[in-house]
Amino acid sequence: MSAVEQTQEPLVRIRGLRKSFGANLVLDGIDLDVREGEVTVLLGPSGSGKSTLLRSINHLEKPDAGFVEVGGEIIGYRHHGSRLHELGHRTITRQRAAVGMVFQQFNLFPHLTVLENIIEAPVAVRGLTRKSAAVQARELLERVGLDGRESAYPRQLSGGQQQRVAIARALAMEPRLLLFDEPTSALDPELVGEVLAVMRDLALSGMTMIVVTHEIGFAREVADSVVFLDGGRVIESGAPADVLDNPGHDRARAFLAAVL
Amino acid sequence: MSEQSIPAPPFEVADRPPSRTPSASATSDAPSDTRSDAPLSRQRVIPLRHPGRWIATAVVLVLVAQFAHGLVTNPFYQWGRFQYWFARPVILQGLLVTLEVAALSAVLGLVGGIVLALMRQSRNPILRAVSWTYIWLFRSVPLIVVLLVLYNFSALYKTLSLGVPFGPGFVHFNESALATDLVVATLGLSLNEAAYAAEVVRSGILSVDQGQHEAAAALGLPRGYQFRRIVLPQALRAIVPAYVNQLIGLIKGTSLVFYVSLLDLFGEVQNMGSTYPGDVVPLLLVATVWYVVLTSVVSVVQFYVERHYSRGALRTVPPTPLQRLRVSLRQLRERADFGSTVNS
Repeated sequence: MSAVEQTQEPLVRIRGLRKSFGANLVLDGIDLDVREGEVTVLLGPSGSGKSTLLRSINHLEKPDAGFVEVGGEIIGYRHHGSRLHELGHRTITRQRAAVGMVFQQFNLFPHLTVLENIIEAPVAVRGLTRKSAAVQARELLERVGLDGRESAYPRQLSGGQQQRVAIARALAMEPRLLLFDEPTSALDPELVGEVLAVMRDLALSGMTMIVVTHEIGFAREVADSVVFLDGGRVIESGAPADVLDNPGHDRARAFLAAVL
Repeated sequence: MSEQSIPAPPFEVADRPPSRTPSASATSDAPSDTRSDAPLSRQRVIPLRHPGRWIATAVVLVLVAQFAHGLVTNPFYQWGRFQYWFARPVILQGLLVTLEVAALSAVLGLVGGIVLALMRQSRNPILRAVSWTYIWLFRSVPLIVVLLVLYNFSALYKTLSLGVPFGPGFVHFNESALATDLVVATLGLSLNEAAYAAEVVRSGILSVDQGQHEAAAALGLPRGYQFRRIVLPQALRAIVPAYVNQLIGLIKGTSLVFYVSLLDLFGEVQNMGSTYPGDVVPLLLVATVWYVVLTSVVSVVQFYVERHYSRGALRTVPPTPLQRLRVSLRQLRERADFGSTVNS
């Protein structure tokens, strides 16, 4: 971590990322840098490749070409000679543990209580004792405003509460980077605010975040940079004010007009 | 229904939330008030009568009573002999063999089924093909044929050896010493059971949302751990009812081991029946009742296992029969208390 800060290398470096599903080209050569402590918001119409890009960052999708680098380490591959060698499952697992992810559908484990959801991975992967993991989990629950709900099952919570538990679960792994895949799209309008508030606090605490969202207000207020994707390419990127208020590209202008 | 003629201002009805006041309290408010000027929202509800239901109930009850009467009075069943045989040591001996074979095959079959299901889900095409072929083969061949082939196996392969495939063997077994009747029976049932269990387990795994796999992977949980702690417990909710169905079939399927000269419950009954031809019917009834008992025990266990795996899937776990009994007793007592206060 300190090495990154000294050299001012970006925490996430994506170069020439390409991915297709069958004949459908989803990512068409993406280049993207995210510096440590920054919040990057990915915008774009549906099917523009935002989610696939996000899922490539923790290797839930294997790229066809190009690479993703987190903290100077290529995700999913080892560079050797002039080739990329696919990594074994164990190494990929270790890399994933350093990148937290929050899903649109929360994906909490329904058969485990809130507390068990949070401590599962710290105990299994980071080797914490259940006791110290539980202490940490209670702190995290307090941070997302859900202290006292640790013995509830996910289905007994509202969508907004579930999503905040999912954020706490991701944070429990002490990731260097958090990915959010449309975290508020499955929520009732009145529950969106509570999740966005937690994300805003996280951003203020210096967490590096990449967020796919349609919440333009959040992008304007919290993001350090906004990246606009269309047809699997970055067609616009920069400070929120520039991209949101002065989009140079027609496609971006049309999208923003529709969303705002 | 005549009470409908009472003029009740419609806005009054609309204003009040439909409160279903229990009829008892309504009458206790105004016990003599049958004509009642009470607003519509507080009036007693007379349930619709179902005369057809009563007739059907009566017919069915008469038929059931006739059947029960026949069961008890028909000398053909020889209940005295039934009683004599029911807990004879020979029968209990057979029951023990049935339990042994069923339990061993259920466990081995489930383990085999999980392995086969994982092979079918594997990315390795050879593993997938082998699993598919195994399931296809053992679901196609009747269990009795599998058992008889295994029974004659020692004629096909005299010795079994552990060693390098196609090369020299290190340890040799004499097959006829290894393959006792119990081993042959258990093996045959397990092989058969595994094929069916594989499909049951696979359907359970498929029922778990893809998002669960992704969330577990994103947390960096190792693959085996993901399966054991995240996927399997959720899959079991779908697996348990189907597998218990399978298990009941297995318990009854054990009656076939008689043909590989293993004396299980059914085998002993057959044996005794040929020794005492007059007792065939009571002996068959003995077997029937024991199989019913076994199935019932499994069903009770099923209820509690299902309840265990419904944690988190339901907002409230269904009550156990004991809890339900306690609740209805309490309700009865409350009603009795209420009745006594109204009367006094």
